[in-house]
Amino acid sequence: MAAFILSRILQAIPVMLVVALFSFAMFAYVGDPVAIMLGQDFTEAQRVQLVHDLGLDQPFFVQFATFVGHALQGDFGLSYRLSRPVAELIAERAPATLELAFCAALVALLVGVPMGVYTGLYRNSWLSRAFLTFSLIGVSLPTFLIGILLILVFSVWLGWLPSFGRGDVVQLGWWSTGLLTLSGLKALILPSITLGMFQLTLIMRLVRAEMLEVLRTDYIKFARARGLSNRAINFGHALKNTLVPVITIAGLQLGGIIAFAIVTETVFQWPGMGLLFIQSVGAADIPVMAAYLLLIALVFVTINLVVDLLYYLVDPRLRIGRGAAGGH
Amino acid sequence: MPAAAPITGPVLSVRDLRVQFPTRRGVLTALDGVSFDIAPGEVLGVVGESGAGKSMTGAAIIGLLEPPGRIAGGEIRLQGERIDTLPQDRLRRIRGRQIGAIFQDPLTTLNPLYTVGRQLIETMQAHLGLSDREARQRAIGWLEMVGIPAAAQRVDSYPHEFSGGMRQRVVISLALCAEPILVVADEPTTALDVSIQAQIIALLKRLAREKGTAMMLVTHDMGVIAETADRVAVMYAGRVAEIGPVRAVVKAPKHPYSAGLMASIPPLDRKVAHLSGIEGAMPRLSAIPPGCAFNPRCPHVFDRCRHERPELIETGSTRAACWLYDPASEKQAPELLRHG
Ligand SMILES: Nc1ncnc2c1ncn2[C@@H]1O[C@H](COP(=O)(O)OP(=O)(O)OP(=O)(O)O)[C@@H](O)[C@H]1O
Ligand code: SF4
Ligand SMILES: [Mg+2]
Repeated sequence: MAAFILSRILQAIPVMLVVALFSFAMFAYVGDPVAIMLGQDFTEAQRVQLVHDLGLDQPFFVQFATFVGHALQGDFGLSYRLSRPVAELIAERAPATLELAFCAALVALLVGVPMGVYTGLYRNSWLSRAFLTFSLIGVSLPTFLIGILLILVFSVWLGWLPSFGRGDVVQLGWWSTGLLTLSGLKALILPSITLGMFQLTLIMRLVRAEMLEVLRTDYIKFARARGLSNRAINFGHALKNTLVPVITIAGLQLGGIIAFAIVTETVFQWPGMGLLFIQSVGAADIPVMAAYLLLIALVFVTINLVVDLLYYLVDPRLRIGRGAAGGH
Repeated sequence: MPAAAPITGPVLSVRDLRVQFPTRRGVLTALDGVSFDIAPGEVLGVVGESGAGKSMTGAAIIGLLEPPGRIAGGEIRLQGERIDTLPQDRLRRIRGRQIGAIFQDPLTTLNPLYTVGRQLIETMQAHLGLSDREARQRAIGWLEMVGIPAAAQRVDSYPHEFSGGMRQRVVISLALCAEPILVVADEPTTALDVSIQAQIIALLKRLAREKGTAMMLVTHDMGVIAETADRVAVMYAGRVAEIGPVRAVVKAPKHPYSAGLMASIPPLDRKVAHLSGIEGAMPRLSAIPPGCAFNPRCPHVFDRCRHERPELIETGSTRAACWLYDPASEKQAPELLRHG
């Protein structure tokens, strides 16, 4: 188990280094931080001093090593735009994005899995057909359009839910949460649905396809021949086998949810990392962009690891050398 | 059902069973007028070329025909009670409890995510209403009974931790754990290593004897039939060609198709692909000839065979669906077939 985790972490290091190289390349080749920081009036001496302060006169690899070293300590320098430490900015924005992503994933799983199971079991019912049509719409409508339509209906016409912002938040240490106030919860509903919609339809289709596949297997036929109840077969034997591949995909989708929060956050003016990123792109605020990229890569790598572990826990075939004494 | 009353009639009685598949190009008849009985404790071997309808017969009996296949005629009785017309819900209580099933490939018949103990326990609890502790105790007992070493530990193992032969032993315990009166075993050793086939068959035979379980044993292996079965049914193109005591059918087959089948047994052959002395192959379901289904391949074919379909006719100790044995036919069985 420990060796398994270690090998996975070792595999993740090159991935992170490549992304770091990419982020760093932005510093080196996109925009000119010196020009941005100096503004209009400066002397040549000031310029040379700044280039030296920023370490831009060093060889490429030294600069890269310095960048990685700082990044490991969570130091991404100052935002060009806001002149505040990038790490601070991101820490401020992260709770909003993470809470949104978490709620979106919850929506996608809690609605997507049951819909997938239903459409797999009752292939020809009219409700299944309705779900499939719905999922087609969910996959093909762009996220921003779903967001705008939801705002139109629930905020503009019905006036039930807010169209932007997080509502009231409560500060728990450095973490700001919208989960503890009514207005915060209400504000989460529309963005969560918008962000989770694509994943929801994807999970539903995946569960359905897997369910159909599993129901055709010999062990399901044998379970029927053993006279088990439909309930035990469908929701025990079949569902559990269905979830093995679903965990992988759904886990990776969670990474996607965090990354794609950018669009949803823009539509709902959600004060998260995605919105910060978009604002930074507009201002060519390279340090923030670089840090965001690295963070997203880290999220993907971590989720991958967690998914592998889950997979390992669910599927006994991956567990080798299980002792006769029992336990896991 | 009166449990204590001694069983007098057959355990299983299949009459004129007809199974059809509606397809885009018309209805295919996979089983056409299949009839046989199995007595209490008796082993009926079922043989025939690939596609003869052996598995289909088993599936119809356990009520698990794959849609769109359906029973279109005839009846199936278990201890005199009709089961082919029962609603799924009632049938479920019979499957596993009164009719056990053993499938061909032990590598795919066990759920990979459940321990073998859990699969045994859930089966017994579904039918016998046992407490968790008692069911677990019995599960260990069953694993011991089918010859799994260190059963008390192995009960918590997953299927992939067992070899193919051991897994088939587990499957056998699953089929028998609710003590059914009939077991349908569809090629229980075909997927196994040749070296362990005999052990598995011996185990199955011993347990069926001990528990007094009747068995329908589908196999391609004539050696297994000769050793295990009491009677044997030879199937051809969805029909029973001949049925009778194993000695008679193997040593002195009456139906020309059985004769070809018995003559073509190479000692270790598992799937009978070609019949020696008999040209051609079994017809597709969409092209079964009128009259006797075997007539295009039969070395003894005569006029009547092409127009009239023969029913099973009593001849000696067996019954054969062949016009050669109808005293009213213009042609009679040659010496070779008469005495074997
Ligand atoms: N879903 C289906 N639709 C149409 N025909 C089918 C279907 N399933 C099986 N059949 C046909 O039914 C016939 C009987 O098949 P069955 O599986 O019972 O043969 P079998 O005697 O068990 O052969 P084998 O020795 O290969 O196992 C075959 O001709 C087969 O092609
Ligand atoms: S009925 Fe005719 S064709 Fe059929 S097996 Fe007998 S002799 Fe051959
Ligand atoms: Mg078969």
